Amino acid sequence: MSRIENKFAELKQHGEAALIPFITAGDPDLDTTLKIMRALAESGADCIELGIPFSDPTADGPTIQRSSERALKRPVSLAAIFRVVRKFREISEVPVVLFGYFNPFFCFGLEKFARQAADSGADGVLCVDLPPEESAELRRWTDAVGLDLIFLLSPTSDAARIELVGRASRGFVYYVSVTGVTGARRSFDDKLRAQVARVRRATSLPVGVGFGISTPQQAAWIAGFADAAVVGSALVERIERTEGNNNKAKQAGVFVGQLKRALKQAARSA
Amino acid sequence: MPALAELETAYAKARRDAGFRKEFHFYLCDYAGRETPLYFAERLTEKIGGARVYLKREDLCHTGAHKINNTIGQILLARRMGKQRIIAETGAGQHGVATATVAARFGLTCEIFMGKEDVKRQSLNVFRMKLLGAKVRVVEAGSQTLKDAMNEALRDWVTNVRSTYYLIGSVAGPHPYPMMVRNFQSVIGREARRQILKKEGRLPDYLVACVGGGSNSMGLFYPFVRDLKVKMLGVEAAGHGIPSGKHSASILGGAVGVLHGSKSYVLQNERGQITETHSIAAGLDYPGVGPELSYLRDSGRVEFDSATDREAIAAIKLLAEVEGIIPALESAHAIAMVTKLARHLSKRQIVIVNLSGRGDKDMMTVGEYLGVKL
Repeated sequence: MSRIENKFAELKQHGEAALIPFITAGDPDLDTTLKIMRALAESGADCIELGIPFSDPTADGPTIQRSSERALKRPVSLAAIFRVVRKFREISEVPVVLFGYFNPFFCFGLEKFARQAADSGADGVLCVDLPPEESAELRRWTDAVGLDLIFLLSPTSDAARIELVGRASRGFVYYVSVTGVTGARRSFDDKLRAQVARVRRATSLPVGVGFGISTPQQAAWIAGFADAAVVGSALVERIERTEGNNNKAKQAGVFVGQLKRALKQAARSA
Repeated sequence: MPALAELETAYAKARRDAGFRKEFHFYLCDYAGRETPLYFAERLTEKIGGARVYLKREDLCHTGAHKINNTIGQILLARRMGKQRIIAETGAGQHGVATATVAARFGLTCEIFMGKEDVKRQSLNVFRMKLLGAKVRVVEAGSQTLKDAMNEALRDWVTNVRSTYYLIGSVAGPHPYPMMVRNFQSVIGREARRQILKKEGRLPDYLVACVGGGSNSMGLFYPFVRDLKVKMLGVEAAGHGIPSGKHSASILGGAVGVLHGSKSYVLQNERGQITETHSIAAGLDYPGVGPELSYLRDSGRVEFDSATDREAIAAIKLLAEVEGIIPALESAHAIAMVTKLARHLSKRQIVIVNLSGRGDKDMMTVGEYLGVKL
């Protein structure tokens, strides 16, 4: 079993949903990224989505766009990001999913990418602009090294697509809560609960929900019907507006601690 | 993906429908002013002193460029799909104007995404779009040019996918756009083929067109792809020169990558980050190129060369002086190449150049380049 599967299995025993925070690698620099990852793990993150910055993040809203731009002020190579993951792996067993766009992976070489990602201790890959129909080449290499390749579903996905993504994904399925890009939302469509239930009926994999979750209350609500809540922009924004790199890590930890407590509470009251 | 599948199905259906084809043809003729002339540029031919040069006069289309061919096709499709809102990206503003034009004609809401940098250098087209009732959304992300406008349009599309039709202006982006835009634009090549056979009794030796994303070149080239004796030359924008790094020549200066949903030649650094481009022609200022053109390059069917900013400016002056035609900066890249190419050909040989747009929109830019205050 992969580290991701293990984690979901372990949480399921307590009836708890996973908390998956997202940060951008290299925002503001890679040393700080490692510090933030450590703080997230210590504050109860169940899995970390590590964003690979890209010049043209078409699925991202303004917060994560800015975060990518800050990261790319310096040359951030995949090799350097793998070194961060390796260092993190020395101190933590929290699963890491690399979350990015296809071109930097493709440019690095897909086989080399999968091999080095797995070697560094990463557990999964989510490539937002790679639909399952086009994923055979990457899948060949991620399967070979035991990396979980994760795909997205959204409110516009029909039954055939849910089935396809359920079959193609490893580790978990990522359900995009809104039609749109990443970024904090004030409220969610009531239909979300039913939509996630539909996905859960179609796949045996855990279903994580992301895009727009920004408060402990929202995360707790999501935890009522999903297996994981992903929190990205709200965390990235907090890191952005905190001065000082050590403080950024500290504040990220404080926020993730609040989110984790909300999820634990939701599990107890369920 | 579901939106692309919906589009693919709708287009496949429309394509087979004689009613759709008739409607498309009607608007191309009565609204856009087709067919456009294939004009023998006698004085340009004399001046160059080589092959006979014909100009395919897409600059005479309604709105001043070939872009209208595609926007008519896609707006008719959007109506069939029941979409109420049209969005589009634009660089030079020509595609934005052509989209705003057809949206006005069919009474649909229209928003155009345009990089802040392009808004500055193409203020005339911004005003035209507004006059046509479109809302112009200024994009301040990234390099503030065409690719960023496309990023923002994609973000809008995924957010408003149910109500909105994304009208892409080039043979780029995800399938089915490259195929669909090529098909709508290939009216250029079909006409040119018929016209040259009538005028010269034979096919040309060369076709020449400028290449940014590639819509005008694919439009001209595609109906000739199987005529293996007809050579094809795509002209990319070399900006300050390819070695300077300040250019938009994706095929000559880029590497294979994936951008905006298609695999093609892309200008990128060694870490796979898309790099900033430069061309004096805003319509060529894009770091990718159509996947089909990339394929035709790899297969050897289409050759590629480039022209610099300086050469494009010289070509504008030349064509204005000897033919009384002011080409768009984009098209001037193709003219610049023809002045070099035709010289080495015999007087019996024939070259067709796609004069994809007129230069009125570029007068501020050209004036500035030449140090003339307008």
